[in-house]
Amino acid sequence: MSSSAYVQLVDLAKYFGKVKALDGLSLDIAEGELVALLGPSGCGKTTALRALAGLQELDRGQMIVDGKDVTFQNANKRGMGMVFQAYSLFPHMTARENVEYGLKLKAHKTAGDKRKARSSELLELVGLSTHVNHYPYQLSGGQQQRVALARALAISPKVLLLDEPLSALDAKVRTQLREEIRRIQLELGTTTLFVTHDQEEALSIADRVGVMRNGKLEQIAAPAEMYDRPGTAFVAEFVGLTNPIAGKVSGGSIEILGGVVKTLPGSITSGAGIALIRPENIDVVASKSGNATVFSASFLGATCRLSITLNDGSRITAQLPSADSVELVTGAAVSVSLLDMPVFVKASI
Amino acid sequence: MKKSIAVKIWRYAIIFVVASYLLTPLAAMLDFSTKSFSLLSPGRSLDSWRAIATQPDLTLAITRSLITAAIVMTVILFLIVPTAIWVHLKLPILRRPFELLCLLPLAIPAIVIVVGIAPLYRWISINLTESPITLAGVYSMLILPYTYRSLSAALDAVDIHTLAEAARTLGATIPRVIFGIIMPTIRTGIINGSFIAIALVLGEFTISNILNYKTFQVVISQIGLSNGSVAVAVSLASLIFVLALLLIIPNKKRQGAVLDVDIA
Repeated sequence: MSSSAYVQLVDLAKYFGKVKALDGLSLDIAEGELVALLGPSGCGKTTALRALAGLQELDRGQMIVDGKDVTFQNANKRGMGMVFQAYSLFPHMTARENVEYGLKLKAHKTAGDKRKARSSELLELVGLSTHVNHYPYQLSGGQQQRVALARALAISPKVLLLDEPLSALDAKVRTQLREEIRRIQLELGTTTLFVTHDQEEALSIADRVGVMRNGKLEQIAAPAEMYDRPGTAFVAEFVGLTNPIAGKVSGGSIEILGGVVKTLPGSITSGAGIALIRPENIDVVASKSGNATVFSASFLGATCRLSITLNDGSRITAQLPSADSVELVTGAAVSVSLLDMPVFVKASI
Repeated sequence: MKKSIAVKIWRYAIIFVVASYLLTPLAAMLDFSTKSFSLLSPGRSLDSWRAIATQPDLTLAITRSLITAAIVMTVILFLIVPTAIWVHLKLPILRRPFELLCLLPLAIPAIVIVVGIAPLYRWISINLTESPITLAGVYSMLILPYTYRSLSAALDAVDIHTLAEAARTLGATIPRVIFGIIMPTIRTGIINGSFIAIALVLGEFTISNILNYKTFQVVISQIGLSNGSVAVAVSLASLIFVLALLLIIPNKKRQGAVLDVDIA
């Protein structure tokens, strides 16, 4: 546990009957950092976020923000800005009134002129300076979430908490808005905790991604490291696509598809195992004497995804630059090998 | 094209039939209350309507009933609405029992309620006051089924949990969340419930009559015994008043009021 961390979550636990929503979660967030919590439904990521906001009581644990213990502090005194998954704008207030709401309250009391200037500044920041007098029902879903973001930022929150704020939006708006969230977060330097079940979202905007499972943090790392060097089989399988391919492990390497590659820390150290291989780490070349055939090919623009049947009848997925896959049509004989990238190996069942 | 004309004709026909059904008794009341029964000047006369102002008990009864209605409104705004919000927000486990409790006055006949509360009101009139305004207590109970249903529907239409949590994280205290965020959000439901309650309070007869309180309806009934024409004029006036109140409701919706907004 680093003492320089701006936010420290220490051994958080919350049980709903037999369900362990949080089971000893510990997490540090540095000042100005954006950490994304990623995990399947029910893994406890939202519970952790709500606990930090003060909206969820805990059974155990301690939360420290900016050196101050906030574990037992009321939600209205924590100074956390939160954007919710559901549209949460106050329907009887205009966009400006929504943004100014927090600044009118005792906790963040601001004088009228400054308040107006602040709301104008934030609505401009989220690209809604022409919608200040619109009511929520006059705004689209994406615009409502932008106002909600401006409202959360208006109180200059200690931590910005984002609870799947993009999941109700359509794909295009989602991509656009997540980039804006990142831009604004970097511009303001606000420490941010972002909860999502969408790995693309988490990997694309976070400084670090934490993968949660059964109320615990499985692994936390920078997006590229999380993807390339998963620490557990769950992380390898949850983040990105993998091909489970059987092989034999010994001395920190695995024999697989006629070659030998190194294994990642956390893998089994000996015996029969299943390597979890990323599709882009599989090299495929056309070869009449090859060990496989192309079952199907899907063109994805810059890349091409191939479904390949190996000689033993098993099927794997490979992903290549489209330019390298021109000859790899359905039925073509191919030779399959692995790129020299370390892989995670789990035990055979 | 033909089909749309046929549909329009049907619509107007239905509106005409319903309007006739509702307005015929009112027209009959107007006819009766403006008929001159004097042999010297047969025809139309506004004597019955003019007589309303000269009835000694009537003005007082109207004032009392309006004060009672105002008290009931206050109870709705400061007790029933916050309680309903609290139950929806924090004690969802109590929703069913609370709903059942609120529906009881509808299930129990008024006469049974009167028998039950008569000793209490006898004690009140002997020891405290004889003012009919004390009826606000029993009326606040009687209006529960209508007010609560209206509030509950409004609360169910909005994600009040998220709104409340959003306000909390921005620094709002719980009373501020209830009075500053949730109540304005469900204002249409509150207004609907309140107006139905007012209509009920102004129209209630059984309980006040049996308990011997001179409320608006009781006085109308007494006037009717001596002068039917004036009683009908007063009834029509009160009906128009309540009807006007109820017609105001839909037009009072401010833009941004929630019930017609999809915020799911």
